[in-house]
Amino acid sequence: MNEIKTEFEPKIIAFVCNWCTYAGADLTGTSRLKYATNVEIVRFPCTGRIDFMLLLKAFAGGADGIIVSGCHPNDCHYTSGNFHARRRWIVFRGLLDFLGIDVRRIRYSWVSAAEGAKWAELVNQTVAEIRELGPYEEYKKVANYIEKEAVHE
Amino acid sequence: MNNLGRTAAQLLEEKSVALVLGFEEGSKGPRPFFCRKAEDAGRLILDERCNHNLATYLTKKELIGTDRVALTAHLPALRTILQLSAENQLSEDRLIVLTTNEKGEAVRFDRFEEISQYLADRPLELDPSDQKLIADLRKMTREERWNFWMAEMNKCVKCYACRAACPLCYCTRCVVEVNCPQWVQSWSAPLTNMEWQINRVMHMAGRCVGCGACKRACPVGIPIHLLTQSMMEDLNNEFGVVPGTPNEAGNVLSTYKVEDKENFIK
Repeated sequence: MNEIKTEFEPKIIAFVCNWCTYAGADLTGTSRLKYATNVEIVRFPCTGRIDFMLLLKAFAGGADGIIVSGCHPNDCHYTSGNFHARRRWIVFRGLLDFLGIDVRRIRYSWVSAAEGAKWAELVNQTVAEIRELGPYEEYKKVANYIEKEAVHE
Repeated sequence: MNNLGRTAAQLLEEKSVALVLGFEEGSKGPRPFFCRKAEDAGRLILDERCNHNLATYLTKKELIGTDRVALTAHLPALRTILQLSAENQLSEDRLIVLTTNEKGEAVRFDRFEEISQYLADRPLELDPSDQKLIADLRKMTREERWNFWMAEMNKCVKCYACRAACPLCYCTRCVVEVNCPQWVQSWSAPLTNMEWQINRVMHMAGRCVGCGACKRACPVGIPIHLLTQSMMEDLNNEFGVVPGTPNEAGNVLSTYKVEDKENFIK
């Protein structure tokens, strides 16, 4: 079957913590649950380590959507990393919205190591939402502007 | 000689301080003045035209030396001094702060506690026209806001005057000078200009005292102060951080509360 796919396939980057969500995603695999293949997982020691610049770099690198996920409150391996991260995202989201960046494309979640099914659902939902929103053309346009200037001039 | 000049001259004569940081009359309005001799103290002025935030110099030891200094400060500079001291950047016994009150009398502060008492009945008042601009921007659709900021960021020439003018941007090595990894590209283009501003503003979270030095420093007139001011509003709504005063619980982003909102986390 040589069916040519014309539907837009979103590119999703997931920033996850090592102790909960990464293990949760692992469980999804070992439980043989199928989920959308659009996601690329980047593993971090803790959500507290996920710098806001990493999210901007993901968009600049062509991501259409981003998932940020870690341990549930009070479950952090380092006691308070996710609390600090949560506060940072509150501030960051407000700033991004004020700048006109589409905050619907960044999905925050808590997925524990036991929630393999929740991870599959989270990815599927995010992919469906981003598919509806379409490619993040606005951001790609300005990101490519740099590349043109830098590489071809 | 005005009141302020007399107080400054006295400090220099007594050798209580080696330097008075202030303003003098320049050819195009007031300019910063490093006064080291008592006989020059008469040139010191401090009025509503002196709007540079001189507290910027307090973290620059290469300029002011390591001796005790005096600083003539208007209200925004006083707020800056409190914030810098909350961040352990200033030492009380190496700084004397002078200001003139509403009646034109010179006021001298030896302790930071006195400054916070003085500021207690003089809360931060943000410019209503800036507040209106922020409200207008918030009313726009997201696409309109994006287009507005992209057009503004397009003007940026990456001179980093906003960083130089800001009294709270005192890192000895800035993230934009780090090239391994290079977080912010060094050339000027809308995306990297915006990334720089996002970095700057995120690092100002809960620290900005709203002095407007960044806005006045920008040679191409980008209203970057709106970013920090809108963040001030957010921080006030979310965490009850009062704009213009150091947060008692500590830096906003290095503290947390278990009950912080998480309605956006699904």
